[in-house]
Amino acid sequence: MIYFDNSATTQPDESVLESFIAANIKYYANPASIHVMGREAEALLNRSKKQMLSIVDNEDGEAILTSGGTESNNLAILGLSEAYKSRGNHIITTQIEHPSILNACRQLEQTGFDVEYLAVDEQGRISIEELTAKLKKETILVSIMHVNNEIGTIQPIRQCAELIKRNSRAIFHSDCVQSFGKLPVSMEELGVDAITISAHKVNGLKNSGVLLLKKGIKPSPINFGGGQENGIRSGTVSVPNAVAMAKAMRISSVKEERTNFREWRNMLVEACGTIEKVQVLSPLDGAPHIVSLAFKSIKGEVAVNYFQEQGIIISTSSACSSKNKKASHVIETIGLDNKFKNGVIRVSFGNTNTKEQVKEFIDVLHRFMELIEKGM
Amino acid sequence: MEWNEILIRYGELSLKGRNRNVFVRKLKNNIKDAMRDLQSVRLKAERDRMFLVADDEEDMKKAIERLPHIFGIQSFSPVAKCEADLDAIKKKAIDVIGSGETTGRTFKVEIKRADKTFPYVTGELQQEIGGHVLSQFPELVVQMKKPDILLLVDIRKDGAFLTSKVFKGAGGMPVGSNGHSLLMLSGGIDSPVAGYLLMKRGVSIDAIHFASPPYTSELAKRKVTDLTEQLSSFGASVRLHIIPFTELQQAIVKQVPDNLSMTTTRRMMLQIADKVREEIGALAIITGESLGQVASQTLDSLTAINEVTATPILRPLIAMDKLEIIDISQKIGTYDISIRPYEDCCTIFTPSNPKTKPKIEKVQHFESFFDFPPLIDEAVRNRTTIEAFEQRQADADFSDLL
Repeated sequence: MIYFDNSATTQPDESVLESFIAANIKYYANPASIHVMGREAEALLNRSKKQMLSIVDNEDGEAILTSGGTESNNLAILGLSEAYKSRGNHIITTQIEHPSILNACRQLEQTGFDVEYLAVDEQGRISIEELTAKLKKETILVSIMHVNNEIGTIQPIRQCAELIKRNSRAIFHSDCVQSFGKLPVSMEELGVDAITISAHKVNGLKNSGVLLLKKGIKPSPINFGGGQENGIRSGTVSVPNAVAMAKAMRISSVKEERTNFREWRNMLVEACGTIEKVQVLSPLDGAPHIVSLAFKSIKGEVAVNYFQEQGIIISTSSACSSKNKKASHVIETIGLDNKFKNGVIRVSFGNTNTKEQVKEFIDVLHRFMELIEKGM
Repeated sequence: MEWNEILIRYGELSLKGRNRNVFVRKLKNNIKDAMRDLQSVRLKAERDRMFLVADDEEDMKKAIERLPHIFGIQSFSPVAKCEADLDAIKKKAIDVIGSGETTGRTFKVEIKRADKTFPYVTGELQQEIGGHVLSQFPELVVQMKKPDILLLVDIRKDGAFLTSKVFKGAGGMPVGSNGHSLLMLSGGIDSPVAGYLLMKRGVSIDAIHFASPPYTSELAKRKVTDLTEQLSSFGASVRLHIIPFTELQQAIVKQVPDNLSMTTTRRMMLQIADKVREEIGALAIITGESLGQVASQTLDSLTAINEVTATPILRPLIAMDKLEIIDISQKIGTYDISIRPYEDCCTIFTPSNPKTKPKIEKVQHFESFFDFPPLIDEAVRNRTTIEAFEQRQADADFSDLL
């Protein structure tokens, strides 16, 4: 099987698994215990966090370990809004965020927060003008994803950060689940106060994520218990998971965009350009690892099935929404022609892929189109 | 941005008249010490500034990370070097300004033309370079007084040196320039702060800690070695003396009534500390006492305890509130270590109601029934001494896992 669904999840790296097992064998003690084994586990936990923080250029900041991207995003939205509600009740996000942001925001709307959702153009990009217009003195939180998980649009985070810092007191969170490991993610360079990263998207383990915060920014807890993680996230901290995540982040972190992904992506986009019934949804300057395509009058699901039979795994839009019959909120938002709306598929590259596999994909794509021409 | 050297400005010591050379030499040694593992780092000390040069880019980065913690430095600036040629300088100026934030900032160019053979005069240079920078960064606003970004161009025989960033140093005086003292380090929040404050005033320190196994654990000791290591990061390395205190403490409990045992304990500790101080050639003893914080820190208690020695006792926290102390301990990174929950020898034998106004005569009376000096001497003799660098090596290495 050729696996092209790396934006849904990736295969764990072998060395990450080895670290996970080694840490489980030797450092299984509870890092909150006062005995010597607890202390060792805590030291290892702290080293792991330090490594994560240093990878994103946020050495003096804080890392809150969570159960994954969804929890990190929930904590950012619900926890930060609660902690800073004395400053105001206005929150800004975008229409194409991951559901873990959007649904948390909808929850906040129920409790009296005023949430505004920035529109995006057909490329999936927000407008700086709209953000400028919406920022006001009651704005306490802005959350804008770095790279969209369905079509790969890269948002101008740095530009947003400058604007937000200049015109408001708002905290700026960015969901970097899809960008980390494919683009450089430096909190310093991006100018953000908080970011979300998920381990399993970068050859780490599932159920493991982190919310990285600049020094001095402290969300209120959204779960309750023994007050671990500085009182922000209760529950026994899994040191082996922290170790595995720190390692996965170290291995996958990049200083520049992934050039091999970019090359494969260009090959694919070029191939699609010759096919009339295929439209490329991902913007040209989008993330290098995501190519979103739409077939005219063919269901995305049909394409997924055909490719699967030919030994290639792809998905319709995002894994989270692919079981839904309706077109995803992102596809709706970018205003795709009705004939294409239900024919969206997503191809996403990862570390296990090769150029040959991309060529193979293109061959299968051509065969699929021939079949369609014949009327299946 | 690649930097070639770092310009280091001295703190208060620039004011210190004839002693200046001593201060500069101390500072140079302390910086050298802190950069010991960075092979390519070299230092050039001048009368009112010092230059740190490193050929290796990684070394330079690490040096920039370490300098803010070294006392005696007022501020420092990374410097980029280029040929003393107008076009090269202009190009470098863009790199230097571009390495920082420019939006909404004010800006000014300052020229130092030590090389008088350079074919342009200062005014011309200012306009040429300033104009070029503004053409690339139109968002900058020129401001002569207190600009956010001050681009300094220093033209010397061996090249032009450009800098625009000023990093704040730790201030204070180089550790060791004001003598040597012994810090009584319990493991709590206060004593490391007391040590830090005196290090900031240029005092180098040894630390002394009292351990009462099995009442106190190996982990309590570990906490103190961690604190010592943290203190070592502020300049000269700190040596730690650990005193076996169990026997003495048991003797005290037996001989002295409950409500005075705490006073006697402190008196014994101070006598031991004083003997260690004498052996290591330190001049004073530093404590983290803060007036009225606990029973042993009332004026009456301090008087009763202090009676055993004429050595100066430095108590930098005496007039500070607990919250102020906590604030400093968080800033210097000792707080998280100090709050680890292990019993130390002071908390284990705490009587339920110690006297806040102990009478010296009474204390002396009870102490007179037992021959304490031999136990004191034995404790001093049997101490273990740990050098800071030994502690660092003892840290577990997790790098194979990460």
